[in-house]
Amino acid sequence: MRITLNNRTEELEGTALTVSGLLEAKKYTFKMLIIKVNGKFIPKPDYNSAVITEGDDVQVLHLISGG
Amino acid sequence: MTFDQIKKRLSTTTVGIAGCGGLGSNCAVALARVGIGKLIIVDFDRVTVSNLNRQYFFLDQVGQTKTIALKENIRRIDPTIAVEALEVKLTPETIPTIFAFCDIVVEAFDLADQKEMLIETILTHFPEKPLVVGLGMAGWGKSDLIHLRKSDNLYICGDEVSEISEELPPLAPRVGMVANMQANVVLEILLGSEIAK
Repeated sequence: MRITLNNRTEELEGTALTVSGLLEAKKYTFKMLIIKVNGKFIPKPDYNSAVITEGDDVQVLHLISGG
Repeated sequence: MTFDQIKKRLSTTTVGIAGCGGLGSNCAVALARVGIGKLIIVDFDRVTVSNLNRQYFFLDQVGQTKTIALKENIRRIDPTIAVEALEVKLTPETIPTIFAFCDIVVEAFDLADQKEMLIETILTHFPEKPLVVGLGMAGWGKSDLIHLRKSDNLYICGDEVSEISEELPPLAPRVGMVANMQANVVLEILLGSEIAK
C-alpha cells in the first residue's frame, strides 16, 4: 500500500498496518513520539489498535530536548 | 495591512505560552512588540546566569521568577499588553484550565518529555486549537535546516534533529530563530498569510 509519511510518499507491504506495525516496519525506536493519522491524534494506548490503510496521511513527531 | 490595522486585529487575541525559557521569553517579547492583546505566560522556574546566553532576561533579574521577570520586561516594552503571569508547573490536569480561552498555544518547554506531555494534552482536550511547537534548535549554523511543518492545527518549528547536549548547547541565535519563527506562525494564524499575496 502507499501512504504519506511525514509529507513523503511511502510504499509498504500489505494492505493495512497498525501504528505499532508501522513503527516496527520503519524501525522507529524512539520512545517520545506524537503520531497523527489523517489529522487525528493517536494516543499511545491505541498504537496496537489504530489501523493505517492505503492513502492515509501519517505524521510522526520525534520529540527532542531544547528550548 | 498597516501596522495600526495589524495592532487593532491582534489587540483582541490571547496567546498562551507554555514555558518562559529560550523559546517562551523570546516568543512572548516578539508578540508583545507587535501588539498581541493578552499573553498568558506560564513557568515554575527562576532566572539563572546560565539562562542569559539565550533567554530574554537581564543579569540584574537573576534569582527572580521567570514569569515575573518576563512580565516586567514586556511592561517596559509596551505597558498596554495584558500579561497573566502564572508561576505553576503545567500538568495534564492544569493545562486544559489554564489555556482554555487562548486562541493559540505556544509550546516553549525545554525537555522532550514535557513537550510530549503538553502536545498530547492539547491534542486530546483541544484538537481544534492551534498549537505551535519548537523542536530542534541546539548548536549554531545550519540555518537552512530550520523549517515549518504543519499538520492541521499542529505547527512544528525547528530542525527536528538538533537535540541539546554538553557539546551542542542551546545558543541565542538559533533558539531565537525558532522562538521568532513560532511568533511568526502565530501572526500568520491570526492575520492570514498576507505576505504571500
